[in-house]
Amino acid sequence: MTSLPQQTDKKLGLVIDLDICVGCHACVVSCKEWNTGGYGAALSDQDPYGDHVSGSWLNRVHSYEAGEGANARVVHFPKSCLHCDDAPCVTVCPTGASYKRSEDGIVLVNEDRCIGCGLCAWACPYGAREMDVAEGVMKKCTLCVDRIYNDNIPEEDRVPACVRSCPANARHFGDLADPGSEVSLMVLARGGFDLMPEQGTKPVNKYLPPRERPAEPSSCGKRSASERESTADATGFFRWLDQALERMG
Amino acid sequence: MTAVRQGRAQPALDLSPKVSDEIRKTTCYMCACRCGINVHLRDGKVRYIEGNRDHPVNKGVLCAKGSAGIMQHYAPSRLRKPLLRVGERGKGEFKEIEWEEALSLATEWLKPVRASDPKKLAFFTGRDQSQALTGWWAQQFGTPNFAAHGGFCSVNMAAAGIYTMGGAFWEFGSPDWERTKLFVVFGVAEDHDSNPIKMGLSRLKARGAKIVSVNPVRTGYSAIADQWLGVRPGTDGLLVLSLIHELLRNRSVDLDYLIRYTNVPWLVVEDDGLFARDAEGKALVQDRASGTLKPFDAKDVKPSLHGTVTLPDGRKARPVFELMAETYLDERYAPERVAEETGIAADHIVALAEELARVAFEEEITIEQPWVDWKGERHERFIGRPVSMHAMRGISAHSNGFQTCRAIHVLQILLGSVDCPGGFRYKPPYPKPPAVHPRPAGKLGEVAANQPLTGAPLGYPLGPEDLLVDEAGQPLRIDKAYSWEAPLSAHGLMHMVISNAYAGDPYPVDVLFMYMANMAWNSSMNSRGVMEMLEAKDPETGEYRIPKIIYADAYASEMVAYSDLVLPDTTYLERHDCISLLDRPICEPDAVADSIRWPVVEPDRDVRGFQSVLIDLGGRLGLPGFVESDGTPRYRDYADYMVRHERKPGVGPLAGWRGEDGEDWGTGAPNPDQLQRYIDNGGFWTGEIPEEALYFKFANAAYQDFAVRMGFYNASQPMVFQLYLETLQKFRLAAEGRAQPQPPEHLRERIAECFTPLPSWYAPFEQAHLEEGDYPLHAITQRPMAMYHSWGSQNAWLRQIHSSNPLFVPGPLYDELGLEPGDWVWVTSHHGRIKVPAARMEAVNDRTVWTWNAIGKRAGAWELSPSAPEAKKGFLLNHLIHELLPPKGDGLRWSNSDPITGQAAWYDLRVRIEKAPADEAAVSEPQVPGQARFAGMPVPPRELRYGQEWDEGTDA
Repeated sequence: MTSLPQQTDKKLGLVIDLDICVGCHACVVSCKEWNTGGYGAALSDQDPYGDHVSGSWLNRVHSYEAGEGANARVVHFPKSCLHCDDAPCVTVCPTGASYKRSEDGIVLVNEDRCIGCGLCAWACPYGAREMDVAEGVMKKCTLCVDRIYNDNIPEEDRVPACVRSCPANARHFGDLADPGSEVSLMVLARGGFDLMPEQGTKPVNKYLPPRERPAEPSSCGKRSASERESTADATGFFRWLDQALERMG
Repeated sequence: MTAVRQGRAQPALDLSPKVSDEIRKTTCYMCACRCGINVHLRDGKVRYIEGNRDHPVNKGVLCAKGSAGIMQHYAPSRLRKPLLRVGERGKGEFKEIEWEEALSLATEWLKPVRASDPKKLAFFTGRDQSQALTGWWAQQFGTPNFAAHGGFCSVNMAAAGIYTMGGAFWEFGSPDWERTKLFVVFGVAEDHDSNPIKMGLSRLKARGAKIVSVNPVRTGYSAIADQWLGVRPGTDGLLVLSLIHELLRNRSVDLDYLIRYTNVPWLVVEDDGLFARDAEGKALVQDRASGTLKPFDAKDVKPSLHGTVTLPDGRKARPVFELMAETYLDERYAPERVAEETGIAADHIVALAEELARVAFEEEITIEQPWVDWKGERHERFIGRPVSMHAMRGISAHSNGFQTCRAIHVLQILLGSVDCPGGFRYKPPYPKPPAVHPRPAGKLGEVAANQPLTGAPLGYPLGPEDLLVDEAGQPLRIDKAYSWEAPLSAHGLMHMVISNAYAGDPYPVDVLFMYMANMAWNSSMNSRGVMEMLEAKDPETGEYRIPKIIYADAYASEMVAYSDLVLPDTTYLERHDCISLLDRPICEPDAVADSIRWPVVEPDRDVRGFQSVLIDLGGRLGLPGFVESDGTPRYRDYADYMVRHERKPGVGPLAGWRGEDGEDWGTGAPNPDQLQRYIDNGGFWTGEIPEEALYFKFANAAYQDFAVRMGFYNASQPMVFQLYLETLQKFRLAAEGRAQPQPPEHLRERIAECFTPLPSWYAPFEQAHLEEGDYPLHAITQRPMAMYHSWGSQNAWLRQIHSSNPLFVPGPLYDELGLEPGDWVWVTSHHGRIKVPAARMEAVNDRTVWTWNAIGKRAGAWELSPSAPEAKKGFLLNHLIHELLPPKGDGLRWSNSDPITGQAAWYDLRVRIEKAPADEAAVSEPQVPGQARFAGMPVPPRELRYGQEWDEGTDA
């Protein structure tokens, strides 16, 4: 078993806006692309051109349908490691490979110590860890720890790859321990919520719910059908038109 | 608890690992969006691709396709060397040949065609981003038979926009994302265009603007819309005309805007429906105060909008606006009357019309910037009506799409929301009225041996006199574009080329030359039929009906297997390209822009960029413009052409850094350092439009001057919006036998009915040809955001997102059929029958089934396993769609196209579905016999570990 830090100086994490996520998978592929050549072993793909293609990914988008009839819609739900304060994937790790960084709260796997037992994946209630079949180690979101502090990258780009690429600006990165950070203010303003709080994992990542939508129809017709004037010969319209043109001079 | 590590004992990480050796900036080609990308290179390999923050299109973001560029660039499906067919067509049996042999052979095939009858070459270029070159090549060859893929993609959008307002959605304009307050999006799935729409929707959400989506399916952009109107496919036009009815009924139109900028005051002669004109041909209006007739552009005229005028010759005429009011106030467009047909409740139509008017007129915005209009009148500010719209495939791919798109533009214009702050805004070089575009070249007698055409093959006809038909009214082009069957087919009819060439109707061809067009699969209607046509032989000679097929592609597509000579193209990271103002520009409303691709990595195969190959062939064939006076090739390759070619003096493919010192833009002498300047600037160029020229470009004198300086046109070209489109009325007059030339007898009724000069709605043709009860459902496709047509399946990452596609069935119908997860259904149209996996969905119009586009693959294509899910479970609706409509007992087979533009009407499809018996194999039908792995192609790897060599451990 592995211990968690008592507390972390920062709580770096993501805020994901479900109101604007269109399910395009930009974050999913950008993550794969950055990380397959980045932290740790490559994110391998098995049978990449064959009948049973699969691979390890650190971030996936799940699509669900909600509602019925005119209120039915598809909800796109991006999901990656939530970097929980009480991360059961860490405490379950028998080798100390899984750990939570005390300075920023990022949950990482030290692949040099990982034996690929898979206990952490079982312990994670979110299904956010994936075993890399080729390397035999557990892979997970690193919050792009090799980007966010990287002096070789322009400062404005020192954010996770998924945040950098998101075309809809649905992903935000910051310190959720700082109540004045942009991400914390966003969570406050929009009613950001924890995923499955009943699991007691205290996730750092937050989701912003879809905004309330106006009832449909959004305004009621000024005249009901029975009260509608006849428009058959457009005479009323032309009367108005003549007056309107006169007013225009 | 055996605590191993406390926080303090964490491994030391290298937090600043090396990313790349070098960043090279070029243009993406993972779809048609043309975003700027930063390609990170490490050890000569692509380490990472990210969006270019400075780029005008994507401003740093990148979609799933763009981020998967590595897997496209290194895909095993990349062609490796020129191929010559050795087996029967379609089998995929080739031998590798050298480039010199390939180019000599192509020259040997093409030279006699040009020397005898150049139209016997059909040259069609698919998803081509270099049409300024390819079209010019066709022109110099002398064949009128050229087009790209717009005929089955979006010609209805482009043509309706150009004829109505000199611009169109997507590439020709964009919503004012920063200011619009109400955005209505019609028939847009997940694409067109990709990143800018996502970025824009995000801006709207951030500002609290309202998004209304009109779409039968609520996925993607529709899923996050504030309001969804799940319209029945093909009825959007009726819905829009009902909104227009409501706007007129509520007197919610911008009269000042209409009078100033549109043809609503123009007088229409009662007798013939043409405009009353003065001796100089200028349309006339009646001055309200004096009652006299004046040309529409007279300086102080205050035109009347209502009342019958007697012309000097005794004929009666009425203003367009009066005709519009009478037409659209008719009760047949009342919301209650259209609710059943459109599937949209009357209350929702009434409410949307009210909201459009409320936002347009009560939430007016202004920009305090004086400007002068084309009549010389000074305006103190730009007045904005913050309502904007966008529309795409769901509008265009119907047989009523041209009129529907025109209806949307008329709706925008009635609200005064075109090119104002908060409205739809033009991207330069648009607006560009149809008269400024060329007429199509290739009239009778103009196509001659060893002669170039007198102009470009594609253009915009202004009346029947511009058609490409013979004395008997029969088509002159192989695709029958610009004939009476499709008069305004501004993008050609690529989807008809193979079936027409096969049938020898209007004539056979000698050589079919194609580029990047997967006609033997997902880019044709009736895919199986097209494959059979490509395989078909003349029983007497044993020769193929289409004798020779040359095809250029970068990848092992289905079409390659049907080609005789294959010219392997490069990937997008290995090539030169120019995204030119002469072609399909990437401008933004505030700026002119163009860009390049350049080889950021060198090919590791024996392949060549297609455009360079085309230039090489032009030299070998001695085409005018491609050779010097002594017959030697004029251009070394495409890069050389991009810099040195001039379409007219000072105007070349690229607008930036012109002039010998590179200080000019727009026009200027060729600059030998131009490409390096583009590379140094990140692969693109932008030039800002002056502040006073940013809005009302169609009427703005400063913008018109700017456009002339830029070389967009030679003289100021203000665009008066054509709500009433006289060009259509000219065709009707011909159909009524009142003008020359006249259409063939059998087309007259249809032209008279469909070519209404004011937008109208008619039922999509396929359903009009069928008994409603036999095929009660609409069947359509949506393009997934993570795939670009057939390209995505060869991509090891993208195919993990979509490797098969179910047919989504509305919940109530799914339950009624007793379907369960894992069940399959048979889908039957008038033309064919397919078996497909089914899935339940609520968020879809209750009379519509749908699936993802182009996921299904032919077994063995794209270097996928022959039993890959794309081949065994994936499917195409194309097998259900025919190029021709079902017979209706008149002895004729009508084209399944828009009668005005020829746009392929593949969204008109009607079907019925039934549950497949449980004992049938879980395999999609039809299963087309597979294609072989081409000569020299590698066996794809069983595992990928891309980037493993850069693993430096996690415990530094």
